[in-house]
This record gives sequence, C-alpha cells and structure tokens, in this order.
Amino acid sequence: MEHAISLLFRSIFVDNMIFAFFLGMCSYLAVSKTVKTSLGLGLAVTFVLTVTVPVNYLLQTKVLGPDCLAEGVDLSYLSFILFIAVIAGMVQLVEMTVEKYSPSLYAALGIFLPLIAVNCAIMGASLFMQQRILMEPTNSQAITSIWDAMVYGFGSGLGWTLAIVALGAIREKMQYSDVPKPLQGLGIVFITVGLMAMAMMCFSGLNI
Amino acid sequence: MALFSKQNKEVFTNPLNVDHPILGQVLGICSALAVTSQLKPAIVMGLAVTVITAFSNVIISIIRNTIPNRIRIVVQLVVVAALVTIVSQILKAFAYDVSVQLSVYVGLIITNCILMGRLEAFAMQNKPWPSFLDGVGNGLGYAMILVIVGAARELLGRGSLLGFQIIPDCAYDFGYMNNGMMTMPAMALILVGCVIWVHRAYFYKEK
Repeated sequence: MEHAISLLFRSIFVDNMIFAFFLGMCSYLAVSKTVKTSLGLGLAVTFVLTVTVPVNYLLQTKVLGPDCLAEGVDLSYLSFILFIAVIAGMVQLVEMTVEKYSPSLYAALGIFLPLIAVNCAIMGASLFMQQRILMEPTNSQAITSIWDAMVYGFGSGLGWTLAIVALGAIREKMQYSDVPKPLQGLGIVFITVGLMAMAMMCFSGLNI
Repeated sequence: MALFSKQNKEVFTNPLNVDHPILGQVLGICSALAVTSQLKPAIVMGLAVTVITAFSNVIISIIRNTIPNRIRIVVQLVVVAALVTIVSQILKAFAYDVSVQLSVYVGLIITNCILMGRLEAFAMQNKPWPSFLDGVGNGLGYAMILVIVGAARELLGRGSLLGFQIIPDCAYDFGYMNNGMMTMPAMALILVGCVIWVHRAYFYKEK
C-alpha cells in the first residue's frame, strides 16, 4: 500500500510526463488554448493510460518476457507492435464513447482524439513500465504487480492533466499580454512551459 | 517527370525552411527535447528518424491505393512500428551505449507526430519518389534542430562537444563555469522557444 501511494505521488510530481520527460508535447501544445478543452483531453488521456498500462503489463509479463510463453522463447522485440496495437484499440473505444455521450467535447477535441493513439505519453508510460518491471522491488519506482501498473498509469495521466490544465489557464490569461510579434503563439508557449518545468524541478528532491 | 524536377526540389527543401516540421508545423517535439542534452544521441536520433520517415513514406505511398480508408491509421502505425523495431534492434547490435542513452525514446519514434503527420498529409496522396524526398527533407529538418539544440546544451552545459572538451582549461582557471542549468530538461524548452523566435522573425520579415 505504502509503495503504491509513493508510486502515485512520484508519477504525478517527480516523474511528470510533461515536465520531466516531454512526453505528449504535440497535443499538449496544440490543445491547451482553453481550460475546458485541456481538461477534456487530460481526462481522456488519464483514462486511456489507466487501462493500457495494466493491459500492457499483463502482455509483457505473461506473453512477451523471456521464458514466459515457452522455455527459451523471448518475444520482447515484438513489444513495440503489440503495445501500439493495444493503445490504438483502446483509443478507438474512448473515441466512440466520447462521441456518443459528449458531442460538444468530441467537436472541441477534433483531430486530437484519434491522435491520442500517437500521443507519446501513452506509449511512453508503457515503455517506462517495461523498464520498471526489471527494477529491484525495493526501488520506489519499481512496478511489481498489475495494481502498481494501474496506479502508475493513473498517476502519470493525472500529472499530464495537471500540466495541461495549468498551461491552458496561463494561455487564457496570456491573450491580454503584449508579446513581441515573432514570439507570439508557439514561441512564448515554449518559454512558458520551460519556466513551468523549472518550477516543477523543485519536486525532484522529494523523498516519498 | 524528371528525378529532380523543380517541383520535387521544392518538396525536398520546403521542410528545411518555411514548412519546417518542428518550427513551422510543431510536430515531433517530445523526442526533440528529451534526447538533446548531448550531441551524440541527438545526431543518432536525427538519423534514425530520417531513415524511418523516408522508408515509411515510401512503403505507405506504394500501398496507398490498397489501404481501406477506415483502418489507415492502424496500417500506418504497424508499418512504422515494424521499421522502428528494425532500427532499434540495429542500434542495440551496433551502438549499444547510444541505445541505452536513448532508452525509451527509440521506441517513441513510433508515436513521433512527424511520421504520422507526413504519412497522412503527403504519402497518402503522392507517388513513392516525391514521398521519399519529403520524408528525407522532414527528417533532416528535424535532425537539424536536434543538432543545434544538442550542440548548444552540451557546449554550455558541459563545455564539450561529442565528448571532447572544447572550452580550454585556462578558461576555467579564469573563473568560467559550466552552466548546469543547460543539462536540465527545462532549458531544452526555452532553447527551442528561442530557435522558434529566430525562425519566425526571419520568415516573418520575408512575408
């Protein structure tokens, strides 16, 4: 239990997908124009992460790992293709659900909903999970069970949501600021995110 | 149609100036920021992405008329994932230390938006040869930014390039210090922001 809580908080603040690993930057920069769409995308990403990381954990430990399927068979080189297939399938499911229950959010997210499939944060979480399985169980970053994997996916998604909502709020305010012309739009957003990342660095010494 | 007609040349050079994948279209930022703390992984990453973009563009362009429209994203993902698997195995075999340094970011080439963006926007409508040029052009544009940011971060953060010390020892004796901030992730964002600033300022004037 203690391990799971530490994993959750570490994945939200210390190993934040955006500020520590730059994962999911494309949709992060493109959709964060308002708080409302940011929140919608953030929740969708959190949901997809919470489901895909445990599924991929099972795939990795029961099918792909060395000696899992049969003695002497190591299929881990297939992990990229299988992980991305699981993710693409899940995203399709989320897309259909959102389209049915919230057409306005569906219209607002536009192309970025199907593009969650190629959101690096989703694939990245699965690949980090693959690395963390190999760690010592005493390491606070290690993932030893399917619950750990679920907690890690959920925490990473929450961290991502936090980051995109914060940037959305800043950008809403920034519309009233006087930014030099060539820096307008993307340039200033990059520098803003850089400063936010610097602020988040103060969590890196956190020992939970 | 000649191999290097005017049109084809534009297809190749546009992504290097105006339609730059990172600066103009804002694609593929994630890995551009994460692998650039030193020059060597940045160069390897740039090359890997160039090769994969070029060949996935060619493959998709060859089979573009047979792909059913509804499942095209999945087909594209599988082609890219297969190519990335090959590249990642080659890297593990011949450049193991770099592949360890790049860690998950090799796998993340699959989800690099440049690939999907170019496949959707270009390879699905064009013949194999222009698609190849488009892929190489975009890959090189991406590599260019990686090299610029990687060189700046390694030079200012560690005082070296490709592992060789550039800033002489006597400079340190006079009180010069490496800027440790540069090796932190946050500075990558700010550097790319500045590169975008310069790029926009230059092309804004031309318009």
